[in-house]
Amino acid sequence: MLHDRDRIYTNLYGLQDWRLAAAQKRGDWDNTAAIIALGRDHIVEEMKASGMRGRGGAGFPTGLKWSFMPKASDGRPSYLVINADESEPGTCKDRDIIRHDPHKLIESALIASFAMGANAAYIYIRGEFYNESVVLNAAIAEAYAAGLLGKNAAGSGWDFDLYVHRGAGAYICGEETAMLESLEGKKGMPRMKPPFPAAVGLYGCPTTVNNVESIAGVSTIMRRGAAWFSALGRPKNSGTKLFCVSGHVNKPCNVEEELGIPLRELIDRYCGGVRGGWDNLLAVIPGGSSVPMLPKSICDDVLMDFDSLREAGSGLGTAAVIVMDKSTDLIKAIARLSQFYKHESCGQCTPCREGTGWMMRMMNRLVKGDADIAEIDTLYQVTKQVEGHTICALGDAAAWPIQGLLRHFRPLVEERILSYRGRLVSGANLATAAE
Amino acid sequence: MTKLTIDGIEVEVPNGTSVLQACEQAGIEVPRFCYHERLSVAGNCRMCLVEVEKAPKPVASCAFPVAEGMVVKTDTPAVRAARRGVMEFLLINHPLDCPICDQGGECDLQDQAFSYGRDGSRFAEAKRAVKDKNLGPLVKTVMTRCIQCTRCVRFSAEIAGLSELGATERGESMEIGTYVEKALSSELSGNLVDICPVGALTNKPYAFVARPWELDRVDGIDVLDATGTNISICSRGGDVLRILPRVNEDVNEEWLADKGRYSVDGLKRRRLDHAWIKREGKLVKAGWQEALVHVAEKIEGVPGDRIGGVVGDLVDAESMLALRDLLVSLGSGNLDCRQDGAAIDASRRDFYTFNTSIAGIDEADAILLIGTNPRREAPVLNARIRKRQLAGGLAVGYIGEAANLTYPVRALGTGLPGLKQLLAGGAFAEVLKKAKKPMIVLGASALVGFDGAALLAAAWKLAADVGALRPDWHGFNLLHQAAGRVGALDLGFVPQAGGKDLVGMLDGGVDVLWLLGADEFDTARIGANTFVIYQGHHGDAGAARADVILPGAAYTEKTGTYVNTEGRVQRSYAAARPPGEAREDWKILRAFSAVAGKPLPYDDLPALQARLEQANPVFAHLGVLPRFGCSDLTGPAGDANALSDAAFADPMPNYYQTDVISRASPTMAECTATYVTPISVAAE
Repeated sequence: MLHDRDRIYTNLYGLQDWRLAAAQKRGDWDNTAAIIALGRDHIVEEMKASGMRGRGGAGFPTGLKWSFMPKASDGRPSYLVINADESEPGTCKDRDIIRHDPHKLIESALIASFAMGANAAYIYIRGEFYNESVVLNAAIAEAYAAGLLGKNAAGSGWDFDLYVHRGAGAYICGEETAMLESLEGKKGMPRMKPPFPAAVGLYGCPTTVNNVESIAGVSTIMRRGAAWFSALGRPKNSGTKLFCVSGHVNKPCNVEEELGIPLRELIDRYCGGVRGGWDNLLAVIPGGSSVPMLPKSICDDVLMDFDSLREAGSGLGTAAVIVMDKSTDLIKAIARLSQFYKHESCGQCTPCREGTGWMMRMMNRLVKGDADIAEIDTLYQVTKQVEGHTICALGDAAAWPIQGLLRHFRPLVEERILSYRGRLVSGANLATAAE
Repeated sequence: MTKLTIDGIEVEVPNGTSVLQACEQAGIEVPRFCYHERLSVAGNCRMCLVEVEKAPKPVASCAFPVAEGMVVKTDTPAVRAARRGVMEFLLINHPLDCPICDQGGECDLQDQAFSYGRDGSRFAEAKRAVKDKNLGPLVKTVMTRCIQCTRCVRFSAEIAGLSELGATERGESMEIGTYVEKALSSELSGNLVDICPVGALTNKPYAFVARPWELDRVDGIDVLDATGTNISICSRGGDVLRILPRVNEDVNEEWLADKGRYSVDGLKRRRLDHAWIKREGKLVKAGWQEALVHVAEKIEGVPGDRIGGVVGDLVDAESMLALRDLLVSLGSGNLDCRQDGAAIDASRRDFYTFNTSIAGIDEADAILLIGTNPRREAPVLNARIRKRQLAGGLAVGYIGEAANLTYPVRALGTGLPGLKQLLAGGAFAEVLKKAKKPMIVLGASALVGFDGAALLAAAWKLAADVGALRPDWHGFNLLHQAAGRVGALDLGFVPQAGGKDLVGMLDGGVDVLWLLGADEFDTARIGANTFVIYQGHHGDAGAARADVILPGAAYTEKTGTYVNTEGRVQRSYAAARPPGEAREDWKILRAFSAVAGKPLPYDDLPALQARLEQANPVFAHLGVLPRFGCSDLTGPAGDANALSDAAFADPMPNYYQTDVISRASPTMAECTATYVTPISVAAE
């Protein structure tokens, strides 16, 4: 269990004030200039050594990503874009960071921008986070007034400007290149890669896009050292992570824990257990709506980190744990997610544009059971035709929840179809049909 | 150069090439919908997926750059499965209306469905339906067929330069349209029909007219502007039904202006299909023998200097040469091809051609447009300037009436004072001087009127001053509107020593006036006692004034040679027969010469074409145009310092109706009503 002294987010629950004075009491902005004085390369190396993996879902090593930024400018400025377009269903970690600990993000943004040679950073905040954007803007204004941002930010000698841009409510704008398009004033549609943003990003300039949580941890890592961070968690899955547990638990919550904590411990210790007890658990979506669900049998002992969950056939994603007990209609739940992805597909590339609608309609029929048994295979093949064939990962995200359902709960779907047709004779028959 | 292996074939391609282009170089076909070599890469159709060794997922080959030692596989089970998957997705919401779709037979989706389509559909849901859009009189939409490849969006933004099309909504609700419904205002909108890989955008006037496999195709040259666009004339049973562009990288790439494409219905209307003789003030139908004898009788005894000939804008070089030879044999030196009276100096070829060449625009880094609106006068050429502008590093200055040329220009005044300022120096003169390859483009139509000769001389002088005339670069360009003009000038169809020009022939200046397709001047000014022979294909201004009408052939009905504004000699071939009694023009002239007792020395087309080469050696080189510089800076006749302060008139107020064919075209009339003189809807 994570000690209080090892927490990065010491005001996650808003028990203290978010403003500058209180943040400084918590240790933020404490001699930031000294961190910056360590130099660009040192900070990047420290981040690499910390083993921090991107907290936005893909889990790409943060320090490595920074190191792709050009060391010397070819005349173009470099940018940092902070992804606060937190729209993954079930996820609400960035919102609490911005609400209650905005200065941690702002200070870290300065350090990170310096480390990648950016004099300007943009925080692209989800449009629905209106109140959070107010807090963030107020915190930035405070920081400017205190000389922590702007020319010679925090006395570091580095000029740094931080801007907040509110999105307009599109999930796809959380994809890093769609975010850049949106920031440029265009329709939020992901770009082709290569070129990657580190070469051609915002306004054609070298850009790094990082999640709020990836950035917000930087100041603490720099203060306490990479060794401290990498000692937490498991090898290659180091550090602490904010988990957002929602669904059928007694006390849904956000909690910071070490990566690699067993799922059961996470739920039992912090969330008061599954509603009706652990045995009432049906399935868990461990990383936000985009990853495949896991049945109880796997949940019993799975560890919550990038690699363990990948081995289990799912993913850590944003670490938004959606718990579903036995009262849940899993087919309906996944159909609702399919509806979400169909609604949020940008429409640019064929498999996702056409496939998400098709998958949604098949899922909607499966909720009632109005389908042929053979259509389950069709649906699975359609998800495979979408997965990996699109420009961005939204196609994968739309396919995986359905694949998770069919992988672990195919008998349930078959039963639904058979019962719709009034052909359900007995449990024994069903079992044979399921094989 | 980069070396890579594609399906076991080693190829070497330039750095930065995409995998798809490399595949093409290796002779491997990769299916595609959204990729178009002249448009930016969208990478959205996902049809061109290939496997690249070490890449975790199949990659879109159109957008993936090659790398040294890359191993690409285009025909693995995974690739085939990926393409089949994409094809299935494209087809689930695509209507199965191929039997009533005009794209049928030349549809990319149809063709590729043969290779990658399933035999049956697994799609049990309702298909998507999308409301059609009204894009004006030229482009028909059936938006349900759209596969959202966005080629049209990219075409309108990049080539046409107007950004009139875009995608609204997202996901499967994404629709292509203009947002606020409007008619496309581009002069290149017909090309949308060509680039649309499915039947979403089709040719509106051609809807349900014919199937592509019924058509015979003949190579032709567009004569409705002076660009010399290469076209393919499609006909069925001798009926010209549509015109498509043909690829010629040096001239039109693969584009065709709307007037050239859509005036085709004008070829069947108001045609002169019979000879007519005016008797007692009324035109009476006549046979060929009767008409030619009548003309011969009228000409007999008229002294050569009282006979004149004017050729029009659409006439082929062969016919012009035949008329010239005929008139010269009759002792006449009264020849003119400049119906508008433009002060063109025909004494040197580079005084009246587009010397930089159209392909040369790609190299230019500064362009000054004087008294010309290339967007209307030569839309395809204008697209070339636009393309050059998109590539970056091009400054365009513009002297003329304010107009949207589809690319940013630096406005330098609306008239001759702007040019005078440039001659005296100034910011843009400096830009031109500093440019490595500056171009001066002068509109031929601006040479009309009082200042014409002075303007021509002044533009040349400016070109010389800014260093646009060098042994390795010829930056002086005259942009013509008339397809026949340069050919006529090459053949010396201008007043001979002591001869009269058009104005001199009017008001009774000659007793016999032979109009070969000449309708673009004020025929009311022809003297009342002048005997007018009108030889041409459409009943227009010239025929209305004629005493004898000799029915000729339109450009689709004769094999003829045209010289475009660059001076490029190109040959067009007959796709149909002239209607009724009408005949190819050179044959009419040859027949008349026999009746008049002065037989022309050629009995067939090859002989006439040999005579063409003899008249001017440039006709010996079909299609090719060697690049040339300018070593002799001596300018055209005219006083460069005699410029007045006049403003330039709009060189082409109505793009859609500029000649007898487009004036006879109902489609062009509809375009005129839509774009030029829209009926305003009153608020009440």
